[in-house]
Amino acid sequence: MSDAQSQIKETVEGNDVVLFMKGTSQMPQCGFSSKVAGILNYLGVEYTDVNVLADEDVRQGIKDFSDWPTIPQLYVKNEFIGGCDIVIEMMLSGELDTVLANNGVGFDKDAADKIREANG
Amino acid sequence: MAMSASEIEVLLRATFPTADISVSGNDGVHMAADIAAVEFAGKNRVAQQRMVYAALKGAMDGSNGQLHALQLTTRVKE
Repeated sequence: MSDAQSQIKETVEGNDVVLFMKGTSQMPQCGFSSKVAGILNYLGVEYTDVNVLADEDVRQGIKDFSDWPTIPQLYVKNEFIGGCDIVIEMMLSGELDTVLANNGVGFDKDAADKIREANG
Repeated sequence: MAMSASEIEVLLRATFPTADISVSGNDGVHMAADIAAVEFAGKNRVAQQRMVYAALKGAMDGSNGQLHALQLTTRVKE
């Protein structure tokens, strides 16, 4: 296992919520990454953001690690949840609330309801 | 080298012969595909989308992938 793979594995296993993204949670550098980071920020979810632009090995390594060709990638308790489309779909359907709650991850339920109302 | 909507559809059709497929987008790099396929039955969204990426045979992967972004919506075709 390359050091990028083991580094990724450690990060995913060592943190409840991990978002591999382009840019950082406060400074996303891609529309898709900023959508997912925006949702997590708005929900007040504490998460570890990994800027794949800062390390080409991680940028390629994460795609092999998850067998998923795109960025961003969201992980909750060591489980790959999905990319931008899936996280948005789950947000709007309420499944994201369930995944977070089932894994003991704190989030602002009112904020989640507001997002759904806004996207009615 | 971008990919046209029809090229994407041909690749998808090869894996999902009976699916309802609609591909949109005009720059060949940021495209969208909506797929309802019987092959998705019993699979969660991540598994469904993995099948789609596999059908595109590496068109998405890494820096040499022609497609930078493919917005995907998948569902089971009844």
